[in-house]
Amino acid sequence: MKLTVEMYQPLDALTLDLAFSAPPGVTVLFGRSGSGKTTVVNAVAGLMKPVRGRISLGDLTLQDSDQGLWLPPHRRRLGYVFQDARLFPHLSVHQNLVYGRRFAPRGSAIEPEERVIEMLGIGPLLQRRPGALSGGERQRVALGRALLSAPRAILADEPLAALDEARKAEILPYFERLRDEVAIPILYVTHSAAEVARLATTVVVLQDGRVVRQGTAAEVLSDPSVTPLGARAAGAVLLGTVVAHHEDGLCELDAGGVRLFLPGSVHPVGTALRLRVAAQEVILSRARPEGLSALNILPGTVVQIRSGEGPGALVSIRTQAGTVLARITRRSAAALDLNVGTECHAVIKSVAIAPEDVGG
Amino acid sequence: MAMLGPDEWQAVTLSLKVSAWATLLSLPLAMLAAHALARWRFPGRALLNGLVHLPLIMPPVVTGYVLLMVFGPAGAAGRLLQSLGLTLAFNWTGAALAAAVMGFPLMVRAIRLSIEAVDPRLEQAAATLGASRVWVFVTVTLPLILPGLIAGAILGFAKAMGEFGATITFVSNIPGQTQTIPSAIYAFLQVPGGETTAARLVAISIVLALGALLLSESVARRAARRVGGQ
Repeated sequence: MKLTVEMYQPLDALTLDLAFSAPPGVTVLFGRSGSGKTTVVNAVAGLMKPVRGRISLGDLTLQDSDQGLWLPPHRRRLGYVFQDARLFPHLSVHQNLVYGRRFAPRGSAIEPEERVIEMLGIGPLLQRRPGALSGGERQRVALGRALLSAPRAILADEPLAALDEARKAEILPYFERLRDEVAIPILYVTHSAAEVARLATTVVVLQDGRVVRQGTAAEVLSDPSVTPLGARAAGAVLLGTVVAHHEDGLCELDAGGVRLFLPGSVHPVGTALRLRVAAQEVILSRARPEGLSALNILPGTVVQIRSGEGPGALVSIRTQAGTVLARITRRSAAALDLNVGTECHAVIKSVAIAPEDVGG
Repeated sequence: MAMLGPDEWQAVTLSLKVSAWATLLSLPLAMLAAHALARWRFPGRALLNGLVHLPLIMPPVVTGYVLLMVFGPAGAAGRLLQSLGLTLAFNWTGAALAAAVMGFPLMVRAIRLSIEAVDPRLEQAAATLGASRVWVFVTVTLPLILPGLIAGAILGFAKAMGEFGATITFVSNIPGQTQTIPSAIYAFLQVPGGETTAARLVAISIVLALGALLLSESVARRAARRVGGQ
């Protein structure tokens, strides 16, 4: 089942005029704050009605303004996880969880309640009231409530934005499990590069009300010409499998036949991991460096160089482990004589890979 | 209550009956008006708001007189109801109508405040979970405005118990028919030696009013705690 969206809607500061499609898995709408991401999700949910729109989910048309078709939100059956949880304060956690069930049509496939409760670890909270929950707990309950309404798709609008770093780290793995265990499309809005890197099956980059790029996380994030949050926040995604944990606390990964070392990961041997390598943490060297403290040295070839207005440049290097993005100065690029096709080494310090940038 | 005479006893039970009916009948209408004023934008909204508040700002005698013109034996609505077998003028049903009209603005104001305090984003969330507008109202809005509904109902009831001016103008002061507690107090004070009887009714009035207030506060507190999500 695929979600396809075409819409046109003038807003205060910009005009949304875009089209994209979300296959099963997590499609991340990625863009800076104020780029209209929430409006897109609300249009899909039916909470706002775009001036022009053609939105469909599989065979079901949610809106077709040309034919005057518009399905009200309660008939769309899309589980919406809001940034601010929006649990019903007068109901217990359990009553919140099963709220949507009574409205689901007979015979629709609902996730078993026990499984969702177990997956989200909210068993001990069932009798509590939303007012007595922490922010992270609330968001897990909101996710469970959306799942148990027998949704055709899940919409999540910056579900982690209101949480502190520790709570984010607590919730993100649940979305990862959801992506891997639930068959319906998930449309996920964020302006966090780490969330994109860890969750996205597909990335849709939104800029000035338009879709500027759509592709896999590895493709989009390693493209130096697509940096919706600026070069400072750029970073590519590498995929690897845990092969060993070492006594000194390092975790060894196999990425396309290359060995990578990260600081202690909690993931067991055999886990497939995605890790985001921030572009500004990558050093480039023409010769293979020796006597260097950095543990990860990836030989590769320059595939693209993008110089901006300022002194910086973004260089993407194709290595055996995947494409890496490096943010260096234009002066260095000139001094190293970097051009498309130049062979060089990308050097990544193990400790520069932040734990929140690594996920299963 | 053995010390109450039959006339006084009649006034007390009649007051309770009139007030209970007035509250029960105007509550759904007050809810609708409050909801319309709080949530809907429509032409004539300001006019509706004015109409709702009219009994609060007009002299009660005027309200009573208008009721008499409209619902009295000569009024159009009065004749229509008469043909259906419902007499309002100089009848306890008319006292209930007068009490309902006078309490209406207070009820609407209390309920409207509570509707405005309901976060519409919660109602949106309910809609995304599959609840139609009616279900959203029943399962989310209604429980959340319950404290306001209770407060509005109690206010309306208390106002009905104390209503005097419009009642006496519309339905007069007939013992056993339309003589509520305030009318009875007024009547006894007109008669030499009636002061002690009046004083007893005054005491009953105070006790009933205070009891209603305490009851409403405790119910509203409990409801507010529930709604607060604790």
